[in-house]
Amino acid sequence: MKKLITGNEAAALAAKLARPQVIAAYPITPQTSIGEKLAEYTADGSLKARYIKVESETSAFAACIGGSLSGARVFTATSSQGLALMHELLHWASGARLPIVLVNVNRSMASPWSLGVDHNDTLSQRDTGCLQIYCETAQEVLDTILIAYKLAESVILPIFICMDGFLLSHYSEAVNIPDQDEVDLFLPPRDAQYFMDTNAPATFGGGVSSEALYQFRQRIQADMDNVLTEHDRICDQFYQRFGRRYTAVETIKPENQELVIITNSTMAGTVKAYIKEKGQQKGVGLIKIRFFRPFPKEALKEALKGFKKAIVIDRNLSPGSGGIFSQEIKASLYGSEDQIPIVSVIGGLGGVDVTVDHLDRLVCEVLKQKKAQPGTIWMEA
Amino acid sequence: METMQIKDEMFYPGSFSCPGCGLTMAYRHVTKVLGKNTVVVTTAGCGSVVAGYYPTTTSKLPFFHCSFGTTAATASGLKAGLDMMGKTNTHVLAWAGDGGTFDIGLQSLSGAAERNDDIIYVCYDNEAYMNTGVQRSSATPLGTLTTTTPPPALENRDKKDIIGIMAAHKIPYMATACVSYPMDLQEKIRKAKKTKGFKFIHVLIPCPTGWFFPAKDAVTVGRLAVLSRAFPLFEVIDGKEYRMNVFEEKIPVAQYLTAQGRFRQMSTDLYPRIQTDIDSRWSELMALSNKREESTS
Repeated sequence: MKKLITGNEAAALAAKLARPQVIAAYPITPQTSIGEKLAEYTADGSLKARYIKVESETSAFAACIGGSLSGARVFTATSSQGLALMHELLHWASGARLPIVLVNVNRSMASPWSLGVDHNDTLSQRDTGCLQIYCETAQEVLDTILIAYKLAESVILPIFICMDGFLLSHYSEAVNIPDQDEVDLFLPPRDAQYFMDTNAPATFGGGVSSEALYQFRQRIQADMDNVLTEHDRICDQFYQRFGRRYTAVETIKPENQELVIITNSTMAGTVKAYIKEKGQQKGVGLIKIRFFRPFPKEALKEALKGFKKAIVIDRNLSPGSGGIFSQEIKASLYGSEDQIPIVSVIGGLGGVDVTVDHLDRLVCEVLKQKKAQPGTIWMEA
Repeated sequence: METMQIKDEMFYPGSFSCPGCGLTMAYRHVTKVLGKNTVVVTTAGCGSVVAGYYPTTTSKLPFFHCSFGTTAATASGLKAGLDMMGKTNTHVLAWAGDGGTFDIGLQSLSGAAERNDDIIYVCYDNEAYMNTGVQRSSATPLGTLTTTTPPPALENRDKKDIIGIMAAHKIPYMATACVSYPMDLQEKIRKAKKTKGFKFIHVLIPCPTGWFFPAKDAVTVGRLAVLSRAFPLFEVIDGKEYRMNVFEEKIPVAQYLTAQGRFRQMSTDLYPRIQTDIDSRWSELMALSNKREESTS
């Protein structure tokens, strides 16, 4: 069934289709309508879940940890400061190996506060051991949440599905809504390997020696290394059932590969429009990075093949360093044989508009340069 | 009264507690009453150390160490999950110290209590951050010496009225208890076990390490706290029905204070004020309970 819905509605619908048993969420703009929709579904009985209306995001994520420990499937959603408030718990959950699914509607961090989108909220959680996927469309949000449950429960780590505040959360698109029966076949109930079981009592998360902690961390890294392979396997299953294919990195390669724009989320949609209108003739392509954690290094290298130059547009800022995706991309390519010049660009912070015209002026400027400009370029705002 | 046997123990010997620790006794009594169909959530504090060190554990029950300050919310989520998994009879014990309850955990505690989530929250109160080496908390009484209230800047505030705060949440069952009265503690846990909704049990834990008294005296010091009425034992039903539990002969508070090193720096000039405060609190409780007396043991 095709319906005209917003990104937040797509997220709530996907959560409903995934049949979480425990939901805990706290209101924050622009996430709130996800929590409201789920409250409706649980109130009218169309979703059989316990919705814990907590008093903070800290407690929201703590309740998700508790819920997940019981072996149940859990869901939460937040934005910006709310995610920051969860920060400590994110470490706690990945360390305890709990497959919690969190939708984050990206919003800039205070102060000063703004409701506009950038990705500093989720990127600040880079090292928490949570998987991160960034979505461009409402369809992608819906599908990715279903994929995310299967993936998180397979690799036993928490996962974020990130979407741009307002640009995606509040605009409507036509979205294919899968049938519940089909989703149930794709995503059966969680079969937890470890949980709090009175028939097999065990202690979780207590004090360990330095050596044991070291080993636990190594195990997380080893499982992270397996995520992208597992993701591809799950996405194959998803494609076979629903006919839509997702990859860690999405690429548009024009015939004449002069330059590639690397970006994520809705910015990738703008780049697609630009390529269609003007970019194609200039040999401009796109690499849309869906995964941020784990970072898809190999897929990125493969996607870059043939391009002569790259522009990375970061909708985030690590003050004192620059764009975070740009750092990750440069680090991924270090030591590889066919390195190309990379221009680092910051744009769209706080929800500032980045248009096709902005992109065209940027591309023309970069194409003129013989060498890649060092440092960070700030896109006109 | 039910008779408990050694085989009912849910706590293995060999914990890392200090000699004479009241907490281990309290945990033993609480868990043996709750029984096998119980899961435990604890937060940072003496309780997390007593729980053991990987790959060993002192808990015979499924046990989770949660982040500091989120004991109640974690327990709420766990209960919700267990219910949804069809395990509606499993008890969830939230086990937190005074720091994890009065201070950093108060918000999450208030949230769970206000929602009336069906969990048993036990605060083991040793009246300071003992696990980090005796720093004051908002449960520390007036005149106490701790490492963050060194003389002459001894604790200058009264202990936070956690019972008043929790009573205001109108939860179905709450009680104070002291590990020196184990049968009373067990009976209260038994009542909590039978009650649906949020249960709050506030247990006073004499701490030889932080209160500065000989390890052998933990039970005696707890008795002095109750007999002097510095820590009255009572129950509150639905936030309004008060029931007093122990009516033994009253002893002067000075006897309780002088039994511990932590009050030794305090001027004895403060004793009359402390005694007056205790007496007026007792009268208040008697008025609230309409002198309703109930012996739980």
